[in-house]
Amino acid sequence: MSEPMPPAVADAVAADELLRLDGVTVRLGGREVLHDVSFTIRPGEFTGLIGPNGAGKTTILRVILGLLPPSAGTVTVAGAPIGGHRHRRGQSVIGYVPQKLLIEPDMPLRVRDVVALGIDGNRLGVPFPSRARRELVDQTLRSVGADGYADARVGELSGGEQQRVMIAHALISRPRLLLLDEPLANLDIRSAQGIVAVLAKLAREQQIAVLISAHDMNPLAPVMDRIVYVAAGRAAVGSSDEVLRTDVLSRLYGQHVDVLRVHGRVVIVAGESGEDAGSPHDVAGQPDPVYGSGVA
Amino acid sequence: MHYLFAPGLWSSSPVRVAVLVGTVVAITSAVVGVFTVIRGQSFAGHSLADVATTGGSGAFLVGLDQFWGFLAFGVAAAIILEVIGVQRRRGRDVTTGVVLGGALGVAALFLYLGSQHSSTTGASFTVLFGSIFVIQSSTIPALIASGVIALVVVVALSRVLLLSSLSPDVAVARGVPVRTVGAAYLVALAISVSLSSVAIGAVLSTALLIGPAATALRVAKSPVRAMFTAAVIGVAVTWIGIVLAYDSYYWPPHGHSWPVSFFIVALVVLAYLLTYLRRPADRRSPERDDLGAAGTARPEVEVGA
Repeated sequence: MSEPMPPAVADAVAADELLRLDGVTVRLGGREVLHDVSFTIRPGEFTGLIGPNGAGKTTILRVILGLLPPSAGTVTVAGAPIGGHRHRRGQSVIGYVPQKLLIEPDMPLRVRDVVALGIDGNRLGVPFPSRARRELVDQTLRSVGADGYADARVGELSGGEQQRVMIAHALISRPRLLLLDEPLANLDIRSAQGIVAVLAKLAREQQIAVLISAHDMNPLAPVMDRIVYVAAGRAAVGSSDEVLRTDVLSRLYGQHVDVLRVHGRVVIVAGESGEDAGSPHDVAGQPDPVYGSGVA
Repeated sequence: MHYLFAPGLWSSSPVRVAVLVGTVVAITSAVVGVFTVIRGQSFAGHSLADVATTGGSGAFLVGLDQFWGFLAFGVAAAIILEVIGVQRRRGRDVTTGVVLGGALGVAALFLYLGSQHSSTTGASFTVLFGSIFVIQSSTIPALIASGVIALVVVVALSRVLLLSSLSPDVAVARGVPVRTVGAAYLVALAISVSLSSVAIGAVLSTALLIGPAATALRVAKSPVRAMFTAAVIGVAVTWIGIVLAYDSYYWPPHGHSWPVSFFIVALVVLAYLLTYLRRPADRRSPERDDLGAAGTARPEVEVGA
């Protein structure tokens, strides 16, 4: 699809680009889980990484984080290519909010401890407690609406509260790009809307680019600037109107799907099996029989 | 029997050595133990102790101080555990079980041969249940140095260990070499287990590792406070255990002290049980928003139509 740019051009473009994926392909155990994925993200842009479970959303996030080297293609973060020999992980350009915490409920790790780990949790030694440090933690917690439980044990919080805490953890190092892996999964609607509102505010007021993966785009529809729709390891990129179309998504899924608009919402319905030309790639991620997607 | 501090307690050289070494061991074990519990690696601690038993009994057989056996086998086991643990998830339980059984079997052989060879019946007891009153003065500097090394390693790694316990992906994404950190931590754990094996025995060593830490984690509010609390508890139970063991010389049956390991372990258990008398930590849940069944929930509500 898109050709790799010469370095000089890339540098010039990078001034306005936080993230660029160019023809990223990932093979794992002989299977192609991502095929030729390309997109860019600019400062302050709110991008939904949408698609069914197993489509490759998490793989894309892992490639961007440098946790998984692409088999082909390049990833450029703030003008610097990642994955090279000189690439150092842990750059503060990207903040990452994982899907799940692995901490037991009875561990005395308070919310403020977790957020403080966002400042220097990757460094050796013991931090000196200071007033400035404490205020930075408090201020970051306020910005995500989590200041009410700063001293609670993080393992005892609900899923939505933990998401807010991990967003604060990621934010405190002042990243320019925030990656979130299914932060709305298993949340009730109100909590999900709360998280989305917090993220939209960060994008709008602090020009932080947000890339958020979700299998359900419903709660994101009002705030998404762009969609990266992933199915069967391939991605379609654009505005909601450009991407959520029968021809675009059918090509993506490798089988016929109908994109229906019902009362302003979009519903994606799988076609008869074997109706269309099958995908040339044996990859995971078939569409759900009926796939609800709200669109403004 | 009428006094807590029996006559001659402080003038006794073995007691002074026991207090000195016991303090170092207690602090190291407690602080390392806090991370053992947070990381859910209590079983690793126990495994290292089992393998250390083999080393300790082997060292006794060839006439070395058992500490060197504990240390060599413990550290080797830690490195092997790291390699197996990360690369071979499946079958890990079975492998571990077989290896640990084998290690203790060899320890039994070594102890038997050792006691035949030197006709010292105390060796088994020393290796299995500790020797804090009979520490050779030549080993004391090594014991203290090892304790300080393990302590420094774990404190230096404390933030990184916490971050990778919270989410390994976040840690890796932020440039933490998670495997190296995990291996360094396991080596510190092995050192700590070796020290604890010298003090209260290989079989009981995990009591000093896990007990004070688990107790502290129940009452402390932050990881730093947990480390301090665990150290205080560890030192307290060790000191009181030593004093009681010395006093017990005057208890029935007269003329024989009770083993210090018994007192220390009993006090560890007591301290842990006492935390259950406190009211449970105030749990708050103003905004319970999980939807019970995971993964299946998909809100069917229009947004911004």
